[in-house]
Amino acid sequence: MPKKILHVVRSAYRATIEEQDDTVLWFTQAMKGAGADVAVLLTENAVNYATEGQDCSGLAFGRKKQTQPPTIDAEVAKICSKGIEVLYVAEDAKALGLEPTDLVGGPKSISRKEVPALFARYDLVFRW
Amino acid sequence: MSKQHLNFLLMDAPYEQARTTTGFRMIDAALRKGHDVTVFCYEGAVALAFAKQVPHANAVHGRDAAQEDHPNPKDWVAALLDLAQEKGSKLTWIQCGLCVDERGVGEAVAGTVRGSPADFHKAVEAANNTIVIPTR
Amino acid sequence: MPGYLLIQSRDPMEGGGESFDELARSLASAKSGPVTLFLVENAVLPARKSAASARLAELAKSGVEILADEFALRERGISRDRLIPEVKPAAIDAAVDRMVEGRKTLWN
Repeated sequence: MPKKILHVVRSAYRATIEEQDDTVLWFTQAMKGAGADVAVLLTENAVNYATEGQDCSGLAFGRKKQTQPPTIDAEVAKICSKGIEVLYVAEDAKALGLEPTDLVGGPKSISRKEVPALFARYDLVFRW
Repeated sequence: MSKQHLNFLLMDAPYEQARTTTGFRMIDAALRKGHDVTVFCYEGAVALAFAKQVPHANAVHGRDAAQEDHPNPKDWVAALLDLAQEKGSKLTWIQCGLCVDERGVGEAVAGTVRGSPADFHKAVEAANNTIVIPTR
Repeated sequence: MPGYLLIQSRDPMEGGGESFDELARSLASAKSGPVTLFLVENAVLPARKSAASARLAELAKSGVEILADEFALRERGISRDRLIPEVKPAAIDAAVDRMVEGRKTLWN
């Protein structure tokens, strides 16, 4: 049985334009594809990744256009549909001014006080 | 507004920070407005123009290399150099030589030049304004 | 006096942004020309109305012009109707224009 791994994502939009992905969400999916048992906890400003309606299309430098901008909200929903549990800290969502109706379907809310119990469910916790 | 000369210092390596994209967007905006721009690449930023960057496929998204069209900042640098030419502006892209040497990224796209902090100083003196975008 | 352009890229959750906002306030108080705080990247997050927005609203009252990068807002799914009134969306060109004005330009 593979080890159970929780990826805690706390830093958002770090080079996501250049990489056309969030590198941790991408990495998580690649690990899943390789047989890992992974889950994601979005915290701090990374909770914004679950916001519906993110759009960074249209970027161009001179005549060089970005043809595949990242679609982080769709990515979060896709990760959930792949069977990877995605959780987010409710207090951080509130601190960002986000209501549950602002978010894509799929991620589940937990309160900050539930985080220790969440960590206890995993063999490894990677904090990115 | 008359043509001005703006000077930028970049420090971040490619694919590490959102600052890189924001810096490029400011440079692009300045050139589109017809201003002259000097960019001094310091530390990790000297890799932005490294000629051997290669795009890759993205198996997670099921896209081959052509479909993924993954950004290589060297192409952004080249596009900005082309934009400057198109606008009749001057873009001087300077690579800090010692930073280049220690990182082994000596092959840069055409149109960039090797320099030193003395060149940054010259650009500071010559430009109407300068911004330093530091790394963390 | 040309004044100041302060480009803030860090949001309160990441830390490291507060002292820069305070710098904006003190420069505005010193009346050394117009002071603009231009929010880019994650620094636009508190522009969406929330408890964290109060700090920006207070800063605006002290005479600091607060602009938020339109691209960064859109990238984060922050629509105009969710912004606090003290923050105005602006194209990145607005930062370049203020540099061209000769504002001392600092990045955080």
